[in-house]
Amino acid sequence: MTEYQANEQGLAGLKLMAKIREFERRMPLLSEEGLIRGSTHPSLGMEAIAVGVSLALTDKDAIASTHRGHAHTLAKGADFGRTMAEILGRKDGYCGGKGGSMHIGVKELGVLGTNGIVGAGIGIATGAALASKQLGDGSVAVSYFGDGASNQGVLAEAFNLAAIWKLPVIFVLENNHYAQSASIDDMVAQPDLTKRGEAYGVPSFSGDGMNLEEVYGLATAAVERARAGEGPTLLVLETYRYLGHMAGDTEIYRTKEEVEAAKSNDPIETLLARLIEAGVITAEEWETTSKELFEEVEAAEQFARNSPYPDVSEAFTDVYAKGASA
Amino acid sequence: MSAGKDMVTWRALNAAMHQIMEDHPESFTLGEDITTWGTGGGTYGVTRGLLKKFGRERVMDTPISEEVLLSAVSAAASRGTRPILEIMYSDFSFLGFDGIINQAAKNRYMFGGQFDVPVTIRSNGGSGIGKAAQHSQSLETLFAHIPGLEVVVPGTPGDAYGLLRTAAASDNPTIFLEHKNQYYDRGPVGTEAIPFGQARIAREGKHATVVATQQILSYSLQAAEELAAEGIEVEVIDPRTLYPFDMDAVYASVGKTRHLVVGHEAVRDYGWGAEFVAQTVEAAWDKLDAAPVRVGGSRAPIPYAQVLEEAVIPSKDDIVAAVKRTLA
Repeated sequence: MTEYQANEQGLAGLKLMAKIREFERRMPLLSEEGLIRGSTHPSLGMEAIAVGVSLALTDKDAIASTHRGHAHTLAKGADFGRTMAEILGRKDGYCGGKGGSMHIGVKELGVLGTNGIVGAGIGIATGAALASKQLGDGSVAVSYFGDGASNQGVLAEAFNLAAIWKLPVIFVLENNHYAQSASIDDMVAQPDLTKRGEAYGVPSFSGDGMNLEEVYGLATAAVERARAGEGPTLLVLETYRYLGHMAGDTEIYRTKEEVEAAKSNDPIETLLARLIEAGVITAEEWETTSKELFEEVEAAEQFARNSPYPDVSEAFTDVYAKGASA
Repeated sequence: MSAGKDMVTWRALNAAMHQIMEDHPESFTLGEDITTWGTGGGTYGVTRGLLKKFGRERVMDTPISEEVLLSAVSAAASRGTRPILEIMYSDFSFLGFDGIINQAAKNRYMFGGQFDVPVTIRSNGGSGIGKAAQHSQSLETLFAHIPGLEVVVPGTPGDAYGLLRTAAASDNPTIFLEHKNQYYDRGPVGTEAIPFGQARIAREGKHATVVATQQILSYSLQAAEELAAEGIEVEVIDPRTLYPFDMDAVYASVGKTRHLVVGHEAVRDYGWGAEFVAQTVEAAWDKLDAAPVRVGGSRAPIPYAQVLEEAVIPSKDDIVAAVKRTLA
C-alpha cells in the first residue's frame, strides 16, 4: 500500500485534500455571516473521493457533480478563488454569480456542473461519455452521486445504456450513509449497492472512500477500462459526512458519538500519519505546509469577498445563444 | 422560400435529416425504434435510410429510457456534439423533463454562458388519428413557457423541412414538435433552412386575422375559404415557432384587419394563444376594434372514439364562428 502514498503524488493528494477541507470548513461560517444565499453543502470527511478520482483524470475528462460538489470541482483543478466567488454570487465566479454553490460549471476543465437535482449527474455523465464516443476524443466521464441518488430511476436507465453501448463513464457512488436526514439503512433493502451495477452488466467494485490510495487505485483501473473501450464501471465508496446536510442542519437524525467515531478514520489524518511514517514529510514540515494552505484559502476567500456583485443586466443574458432571438 | 417540389411531410423531414447529417459531422440521431420499425424509418418514416447512409455510429436505436436519453443528449450537446433525439410521442417526454427543463434549458444560463447546448428533441404532438389520451397531447405551450428552450411547430411540409434544418444548426436546445396527423400532408418543399421567429402569412385578408398552428392552421385556411364566400377576407398567420415568436407580424396584420382570433389544439386555458392575445392587447390595443377571441382544445384529455376526439378539438366551424364573433 505504501508505494503510492509514500511519494510526492501522495503528498500532492494530501495537500489538495487539506486545502479543500479548509475551503469547506469556511462554508458554514460564510453562511452564518449571510454571505451565502440559499443553501450550501460542505463535504468535510469526503475529500479522498474527489481527490483520488481526480488524480486519475485529465482536463479533457468530464465530471458531473452533485449539490455537494465543491470538492469535486476543486479537485478537478478549479481555482479556489473563482469557486468561492461563485458561491458568494460574485462577478468573478466561474458562472458570474448566476449559479452559486449548486451550479458551478467550468467548461475548460470538463466540470459539467454541480447540480441541484439529486441524481441528475448520472444522466449527464452518461451523455458526456456518449459525446466522447461520438467524437472519438478518448475522454472519460465521471458521475459523482450519493447513496440517496442511487434510488433515483435514472440510475437504472443510465447503467443499462452505458453498459450496452460500452460508454466510457465511471459511476462514483459516495456512500456517506445519509440522504439529507434519511439513513441508508432505512432507504434500501439491499445494502450492497454494487449489486445495482452488476444487475445491469456494469462491473462494480466497493472500496474505502476514506483512503486516498484505494480510491485512486480503483479510479485508475476504471479509467483504463473506459479508455480501452471496455465500458462503464461502478465504484461504491464508503465515506462519511462530518457536517450536516447543509448549514443550519440540526442533525437530530444521528448521534455525536457516531460522527466522532467516523472521524477516527479521517482520510487526511490517516494519510498524513503514513507519509510521516514513510519519511516523505515530517510533522513540523506539515505544520508549515498547513499554514501555507490556510493562507492560500484565506487569499481565495479575500478574492471572493472583494469581487463585486454582477451587474444587474447579467440577469437577462445567456438565456439563449448570442445571435438567437431572445 | 421558393416553391420546390411537392412532398409529404414525413419525406420532407426525412430529406432534412439526411441534409443535417451531411452538413454537421458532429451530429447523430437516436431514439426508440428508429431504424428497423416499419419501413426502417421509425414510427412515421422520418429516419428512413439514415442508418444505411451514416451507419450505426451515428444512427442509433435506444432502449426505452426517456429519462436518461433526454439528459444524456443534453450533456452530449454541451460536450461538442449535435444530437437529434426522437421521442416517439411527445407525451413520453414527461419521463425525462429533468433533462430538458432542469438541465438543457438552464445549462447556458446557470453556468454563465460557458456552454452551448445544440440539442434537438424531435417528437410529435396532436390528435386526429385515434391515439387517445397518452399519445395525442399538444404540449407546445408547456415547452414555450420554459426560458432557454426554442419551440418549433411546423404546419406544412415546407416548413417542416426548413425549420428542422434551423433547429439542428441552433446552439440552443430546441423542441421540434411535428403533428402526427400531418405526416401525409403534401406541399411544396424548398431547399433552404427557414429562420426561427419569422411568422408566415398563409393567406392574405383584410377583415380579421387568425393566428393558428398545425392542424388548426389547416382548419383556419378551410374556414377562410368558407368565409370568403360570404365576403369576409381572413388573413391567416402561422407563427411557425412559439419561441422565438414574431409578434410584429401579428401587430402588422391586426393593424390591417383590426380583429384577432388565435387558434390552437393545445388546451385553450393557459395556452399560448392567451399569450398572443395578451401581448396584442397590451401593445396594439389601438389597432383592435373588438375583443380578440381564443379557440383551443377543451379542458379534457384526448378521448379515443372519433366522435369524442373531434368534440374536444377545435374544428373549421369553430374558427368560422370565432371570426364571426369578433366581427359582430
